[in-house]
Amino acid sequence: MSAEPKQDTSASTALDRSDVRVKHQAGVGGAISAFFDRVRSGDLGSLPVIVGLVIIWTVFTALNPVFVSSSNLVNLLFDCSTVGVIALGIVCVLMVGEIDLSVGSISGFASAMVGTLWVNQGWPVALAILAAIAVGGFIGALYALLFNRLGMPSFVSTLAGLLAVLGLQLYILGSTGSINLPYGSNLVNFGQLLVMPDWLSYALAAVPGIVMLITGLRTVSRRRAVNLSAPSVGGLIVRVAALTILLEAIVGYLNQARGIPWMFGLFVGLVVAMNYALTRTQWGRSMTAVGGNREAARRAGIKVRSIYLSAFVLCSMFAALGGVLSAARLASASQQAGTGDVNLNAIAAAVIGGTSLFGGRGSAYSALLGIIVIQSIASGLTLLDLSSSLRYMITGAVLAIAVIVDSLARRSRASHGRA
Amino acid sequence: MTDIADKPVSTGELVLSLRGISKNFGAVSALTDIDLDVHAGEVVALVGDNGAGKSTLVKVLAGVHQPTSGTINFRGRQVTMPDPSAALTLGIATVFQDLALCENLDVVANIFLGKELNPLRLDEVAMEIRAWTLLNELSARIPSVREAVASLSGGQRQTVAIARSLLLDPKVILLDEPTAALGVAQTAEVLNLIDRVRERGLGVLMISHNMEDVRAVADRIVVLRLGRNNGVFEPDASNQELVSAITGAANNAVSRRAERRKAAEQANNQEQRP
Repeated sequence: MSAEPKQDTSASTALDRSDVRVKHQAGVGGAISAFFDRVRSGDLGSLPVIVGLVIIWTVFTALNPVFVSSSNLVNLLFDCSTVGVIALGIVCVLMVGEIDLSVGSISGFASAMVGTLWVNQGWPVALAILAAIAVGGFIGALYALLFNRLGMPSFVSTLAGLLAVLGLQLYILGSTGSINLPYGSNLVNFGQLLVMPDWLSYALAAVPGIVMLITGLRTVSRRRAVNLSAPSVGGLIVRVAALTILLEAIVGYLNQARGIPWMFGLFVGLVVAMNYALTRTQWGRSMTAVGGNREAARRAGIKVRSIYLSAFVLCSMFAALGGVLSAARLASASQQAGTGDVNLNAIAAAVIGGTSLFGGRGSAYSALLGIIVIQSIASGLTLLDLSSSLRYMITGAVLAIAVIVDSLARRSRASHGRA
Repeated sequence: MTDIADKPVSTGELVLSLRGISKNFGAVSALTDIDLDVHAGEVVALVGDNGAGKSTLVKVLAGVHQPTSGTINFRGRQVTMPDPSAALTLGIATVFQDLALCENLDVVANIFLGKELNPLRLDEVAMEIRAWTLLNELSARIPSVREAVASLSGGQRQTVAIARSLLLDPKVILLDEPTAALGVAQTAEVLNLIDRVRERGLGVLMISHNMEDVRAVADRIVVLRLGRNNGVFEPDASNQELVSAITGAANNAVSRRAERRKAAEQANNQEQRP
């Protein structure tokens, strides 16, 4: 029984590198070839969206150079933030393998609520916003109740919700059909004008690099201390430097025009917070587990119903917040708010960004990357003076391509033994 | 394999005791009036034909199913287990036949699923060390704990599942066909591991179809037939006794061959005698 070869456990070999049968890539060359191996086996990550973004930007810039002007890009960031927040909620439900088709209606309803409560009823604006978000959360809890207790597929319950909530929106807007939010109010300024001071935007752009460096160094020293293999410090510094230079360059370019919108800052802040929650907390681990294998999660003692509840509630609350932001952006709450392509843009953004429709795979950053793709297409086509009919067709085609890439990558991962 | 003689006799504390457990699925009664005892430091093998109710019994003990009637006593206290987490908290860990691992998560995440260290700021380094320690104790052959479970072989998945069940220092471990999908060397490793688990003073309830494995590690063999108790045997009971208890028939291939052999031996003896 003890005939099997003794594994090398000398101090020179790290605890996780004692198995001689496994190839471990080392150095910069190793990192690059590991990256290509991963992509070849279907673990694409954010690669498709970055390639897509490069293509889209090249095409639109060739057709109309105004597209990459800093003032247009600042407007792009304002537009990204509203639907982007909704897409962040979609990431939550997609992680557990469900869908919410009513986010557009919920966002429209939330903007109508803010308009009615704040402008017509004279509530304080903050209270009106909180009420709208709370009602959004309540709608999400209702979907979760239908899903958990009655086994109603989220596809159907949220489709019913799409109509029902749209009806609510029309009902509270009444015969006038639209409410104008007062210009000059903080909310409308926030949605249309307010940008960060230059020094603050430069400072904030340096934060990700610094955080990455500190946590990276701490991880390396902790892993070395307990005899686990650690990534190289050199590689870490190269990545931190590249990230910081890239972010500072982007901020510098945007500061030539108005600068970074506060609303976009809020959106990115939410994305970072969600990313932390999804990757570094027990809740996020449970979300991924439920999306990957619901029965396994249940047997591991995870309260699967609460996880579904949290996903649906978060999604609807983000949708409501997105609705409030878009009301601020448009300075009005109208019957049209949240209708049309809002729903599909939010879902498309999450999927294009790399969150799988099949559950268990995804990242909060996919909402950020995906919405930049969607809004780039919208902005580019608007600059070309193309009608919305063409815009719908092209966005639809891009969504179809994104889902095809997702399905093919999933098949390839299965055949290469990756999740 | 360890010598039978130095196996501890099952005189440990009575950890798990079932009395009159029945489970009905609609009109089908999967379990009827089952009694079962598991002591600390004892390996109890649960054998039976397909459909005898072994897996249902394990699911009742794991909190996946609730018994229709009957009582479960755990360490002298009557308990109910409304869901799997209740069973886990009590100290009953289960390794299911369909291992119930999340293929999209890596080995560390699977081992710690539902009981992550530091829930608000996952302590990945500490979890990875604990995972390696557990896996090395099982002399496991896992290439990398940061690899998604989808890329592991069946035997490696079994090892991950067993390592996970040991994480919370349970009092009783339920193993549903632990060696069914394993190669020769890995079967031996798992049987060794079961021995080690018993030496730690845990109760082990193991389902198996493989009489060799059962004999190798079990202290008692409990036979189920059609959802009822059908006898308790010592590990040195003959195959014939076991198989007839499992199938409920005295006349089958095993018993016929045993009879033929006995007849031949008697014939030999008679030939030699005169």
